[in-house]
Amino acid sequence: MRKRGPGLIGVMAAALLIATACGGSGDTPGGGSGGSGGDRPTIALVSKGFQHQFWQAVRQGAEKAAEEFDVEVTFEGPDSESEVAQQIDMLQAALDRKPDAIGFAALDSQAAAPLMEEAKRRDIPVIAFDSGVDSDVPLTTAATNNRAAAALAAEHMVELIGGKGKVALVVHDQTSVTGVERRDGFIEYIKENAPDVEILPVQYGGGDHLESTNLTRAIIEGNPDIAGIFGANEGSAIGVINAVRELGKAGEIVVIGFDSGKAQIDAIKDGTMAGAITQNPIGIGYETVKAAVKAINGEQLPKTIDTGFYWYDKSNIDDEEIQAVLYE
Amino acid sequence: MRRVSDAPATKETATSASSTSPRSYLAAPHRWLELTPSLVRRQFQLLLAFASLLVIVIFFSVVNPHFSSRSNLTGILESTTVVGILALGTTFVIITGGIELSLGTGMTLTAVLTGIFLVHLGLPLPVGVLCGILSGALIGFINGTTIAFLGIPPFIATLATMLIAEGLALVISGAAPIYFSEVAGFTGIARGTLIPWLPNGVLILFVLTVIAAIVLNKTLLGRYTFAIGSNEEAAKISGVNVRRWKIAVYTLSGAFMGVAGLVLAARLNSAQPALGVGYELQAIAAVVIGGTSLQGGKGSILGTLIGALIVGTVTNGLRIMSVEPEWQTVIIGIVILLAVYTDILRRGRAST
Repeated sequence: MRKRGPGLIGVMAAALLIATACGGSGDTPGGGSGGSGGDRPTIALVSKGFQHQFWQAVRQGAEKAAEEFDVEVTFEGPDSESEVAQQIDMLQAALDRKPDAIGFAALDSQAAAPLMEEAKRRDIPVIAFDSGVDSDVPLTTAATNNRAAAALAAEHMVELIGGKGKVALVVHDQTSVTGVERRDGFIEYIKENAPDVEILPVQYGGGDHLESTNLTRAIIEGNPDIAGIFGANEGSAIGVINAVRELGKAGEIVVIGFDSGKAQIDAIKDGTMAGAITQNPIGIGYETVKAAVKAINGEQLPKTIDTGFYWYDKSNIDDEEIQAVLYE
Repeated sequence: MRRVSDAPATKETATSASSTSPRSYLAAPHRWLELTPSLVRRQFQLLLAFASLLVIVIFFSVVNPHFSSRSNLTGILESTTVVGILALGTTFVIITGGIELSLGTGMTLTAVLTGIFLVHLGLPLPVGVLCGILSGALIGFINGTTIAFLGIPPFIATLATMLIAEGLALVISGAAPIYFSEVAGFTGIARGTLIPWLPNGVLILFVLTVIAAIVLNKTLLGRYTFAIGSNEEAAKISGVNVRRWKIAVYTLSGAFMGVAGLVLAARLNSAQPALGVGYELQAIAAVVIGGTSLQGGKGSILGTLIGALIVGTVTNGLRIMSVEPEWQTVIIGIVILLAVYTDILRRGRAST
């Protein structure tokens, strides 16, 4: 088929380039412009994604702080938590917009290092949140102590399975700080405190619900006597819940999750899941913006801002304190 | 209706010298011998693919007896279902020499739209389900039209649709999952069991396989699919309305994609707007492993099903063996290479 004319192809190609550059989800609630020399300071937040409701809650906290401190906040993230390259592109684009400060949760700390140096060179303060970044550039990290949080999950797991048996972990990835810390925190606790518990090889589902479901089913099929399974983030935990339900083993296997979201909350209420660790995502968003404002004003910041974590199960899920940090 | 006449340089398409409709063969028993070489060749390929699948199943069963439990084998089928349905539909596209990159995000978009229809608009279950599938067909239709009428190469056209669908899914859903808990019977579409022990999702996969095979081998659409794939110019010259049939092919693929989105949403009982990226590659891999050539003109539905099963089986077997996940992806990549290479070798010897 002969070409219809290069002009049309050129236009389509240009449109595609633009579409690719805007790929992934971005949003500007404040509709901010360049931000330099401006009225209100702009803070650009680049998160790990939109895949889980967790990030929407972080965004909520950030917007709350934006209102309180009278700044403009932009919030964006790649399509999924495995899209490292996309996140790097977004960070680059955010830097080029010349914000007054940047908030960043790295999918891959190493990959983001050059851009961190770039931000430092341009004198744009960086506040790390959630996973943080393995770099000296960020002035502080507003995050959950993932190791300790996972250790708390392990503590409950050991208790619920009676101190011995096989336990599996379904983790989202091994390149982000949260993936690594939660996995290690969980395993370390068990190694130190529960030598009779056998840990099966860790499997990674990328946080994808379907993948995690299929993965967990395979784990259970291969180890029918398994005592407990830990899902290290929302997507993974949902996969574990689905698999346990599909095989009709709800109540037989101890399931412990991470974060909240409607699926996990419902599972705890109906007994499929024993309990979970929740972070404080709204707090994370809030503290990140608050720290950014302080940084813009030249104030000193602590090395880390611990935003807190809690264990919740059927017994305390309706407590006010817990309800405040859960999200649907 | 004019028959498709001689298309030069074709090997195993349905458009060889004399008429190849089943009726014409019935009327001419002396020509049945013609069927034999191509039939044996075709069946030989399928037999080889099927044999590979059997070998893999036996291997994993020996290594870990849990692998061959009925529960696990059902699990393998269930894990293959969504990608399998995508692969079935896109086999047609690939046979025409095209490619469909919007399968993954398009599927997610149809899942989201189904969620809107059933949950937000409260349509009755059959209506919402049908609308969901039709929205998938619509996406396919748009792809086909862009490719056939604007002359945009399939890779670019479907890449563009992939991005658009990705964004739209998030926009329409407000970046939040849509839960189907209020919709009675929805999750039964994938997880119910009309036939004891067989999840409905898997049943849908099998039924669609039969339908796709019939369409590909026994209908005009199927014949033209092969014709366009073997030699588009020749098909056009001999009077085939290539544009119209290309649109039909992509629309069909889109409809399958709509069903895949439906089954996915039913299994998870929710529409997850940010998932889907990457599923198109898995589907294409399944098609290719099954013996369909990316260059077009050649392929089979059963091959696609077997290809999808091979990937699903190997993935599951490796997980049951608790092989490190890093090695799992390496092994699957090697499996794909081997499968395609074997097919190239075989075709090299078979060609005249």
